Amino acid sequence: MKELRVYIADDEEPARARLKELLADVHADVPTSVVGESANGLEVVERLPASGARLLLLDIQMPGMSGLEVARHLAGLESPPAIVFVTAHDRHAVEAFELNALDYLMKPVRAERLAAALRKSLVAGATPIERLARAARAAREYFSIAERNRIVLVPVTDVVYLKAELKYVTLRTRAGEHLIEEPLVAIEREFAERFVRVHRNCLVARAAIRGFERGSSAGADEEQHWNVVLEGVSERLPVSRRQWSTVKGALPEAKG
Amino acid sequence: MVSIRQNPDADALPDFRNLGVIARVLIVVNLFAAAAALADESAWLAVLDALARNAAQVEPPLIASLLLLYAAAPLLLRLPYLAGCALIVALAVALAWAMHLALGELAAGGLARRLTLAALIAVAVLAYLRLHRRAYSPALAEARLQALQARIRPHFLFNSLNAVLALIRRDPRRAERALEDLSDLFRALMSDGRSLVRLADEIALIERYAAIEQLRLGERLRLSWELDDAPVDALLPPLVLQPLLENAVYHGVEPGTGTGDVLVRIERRDKRVLARIENPYHESAPGHAGNRMALDNIRERLMLFFDAEARLESRIEGARYLVEIEIPYRIEGAARPA
Repeated sequence: MKELRVYIADDEEPARARLKELLADVHADVPTSVVGESANGLEVVERLPASGARLLLLDIQMPGMSGLEVARHLAGLESPPAIVFVTAHDRHAVEAFELNALDYLMKPVRAERLAAALRKSLVAGATPIERLARAARAAREYFSIAERNRIVLVPVTDVVYLKAELKYVTLRTRAGEHLIEEPLVAIEREFAERFVRVHRNCLVARAAIRGFERGSSAGADEEQHWNVVLEGVSERLPVSRRQWSTVKGALPEAKG
Repeated sequence: MVSIRQNPDADALPDFRNLGVIARVLIVVNLFAAAAALADESAWLAVLDALARNAAQVEPPLIASLLLLYAAAPLLLRLPYLAGCALIVALAVALAWAMHLALGELAAGGLARRLTLAALIAVAVLAYLRLHRRAYSPALAEARLQALQARIRPHFLFNSLNAVLALIRRDPRRAERALEDLSDLFRALMSDGRSLVRLADEIALIERYAAIEQLRLGERLRLSWELDDAPVDALLPPLVLQPLLENAVYHGVEPGTGTGDVLVRIERRDKRVLARIENPYHESAPGHAGNRMALDNIRERLMLFFDAEARLESRIEGARYLVEIEIPYRIEGAARPA
């Protein structure tokens, strides 16, 4: 039987050591090889894609980036790894995390349970991204763009505006642009506190709003409208008449 | 063992939705009626007759007042004690009056006498309920203290056990020591927490706790101890410092990817003992509400032991979060202010 390539992510060294011991213990049952390990969430997203790992043992509470967010970014990969969460929380806390839909092991982990989880993941494969998104309670701290063998992370705080165009959403930061494949509505819901909708196809960061100016739109639309002026980018974005009162209300909140 | 102060809420109105309170009111009022019957008549048969008569007089206003009090219980609990008592007496009198009006000639005795009787019985019942509450309030305070007793996070227990499991093959001796530390810690956590302990014992306990955290977190946790001026003979409630250090690690070190510096400083200043715990502050880390709850818990325990003489404060200074505790310096055997 081919060895299953496993990646271990836990911020505590003894916990990683323990998982390696256990993997060695169940090797006759489920042969595995550890292809990488990390002590923080960001590093997992950075390194796992190139490691060729097919299974990730992932601690939920990690510094840098929570396990749930790590899982959501990895799910964007072309062939994402299966994920088994590992947590020291008791069952009630697990329920609070809404992890029930996902595979998880409780610390301290038993060898038999680990073997069962490994076997199950061989059959079931990767966890669907929708289930991960449902389990996540907190908004992400990053947007991610999955490339062939790596994941580009864009901090949510860097984003000035998001604009939907046909199939994609353009992420505009001060430094440049990225394309992501997420519905604008879902982004609006997840980051309701950070972004405000100015137009049917556009969300802007509340904190980046510097003011408004009269826009003289060219073409058929001869009516005057407002444009929003954003910090860090030169583009002026039109505010739809429907959104005008909401956007205007968002300004003092952003400026304090 | 140091006794616990009276529950400051001893002079609160009884909860009229409590079955015990309702039962006690019924029993006391009916005992009055029975006593009156015994006093009025000389022959036993006549006593039984009087008993039935009195019951007919007493029961309707009694049941009516209990129903009204039951309905008004949430309102009554918000009133000051004396105002509440006055209201209840007034209610008893009003109901007795209503009864008199409704029954008219059928009711025996003059109106003034009946109203006075109703007021007296109401006062007697309230006095009895107050005494009863007084008698039980130290027990209430102790029960509350036990409920407030610091509870260690399950997260800590399971992560620690996991770390010990990882050590058993690599470094059995260290694993043994870690289990001994855990035992000491849990023995302290499961003790009843009603007596004061010496600061020396509390310091030994938090050092054990720190050893376990160190095992788990390695270089990520850098602890500095400033205990040279700590008055080791000072008395304090148990498990006041350990939850503070646990919070410092949980909120200050675990959310960080780098090294987290935690400072523990305990010193004596004249008649006061000061303890200070500092840790890095992470704004984005979750669970600040949990931290506040733990602090409120400790503050309330300090209050139960030292009343207004203890102080607990927390604040953010730059990138550091700090908690300070100040308690009176007391040692074993010394006379304590009442």
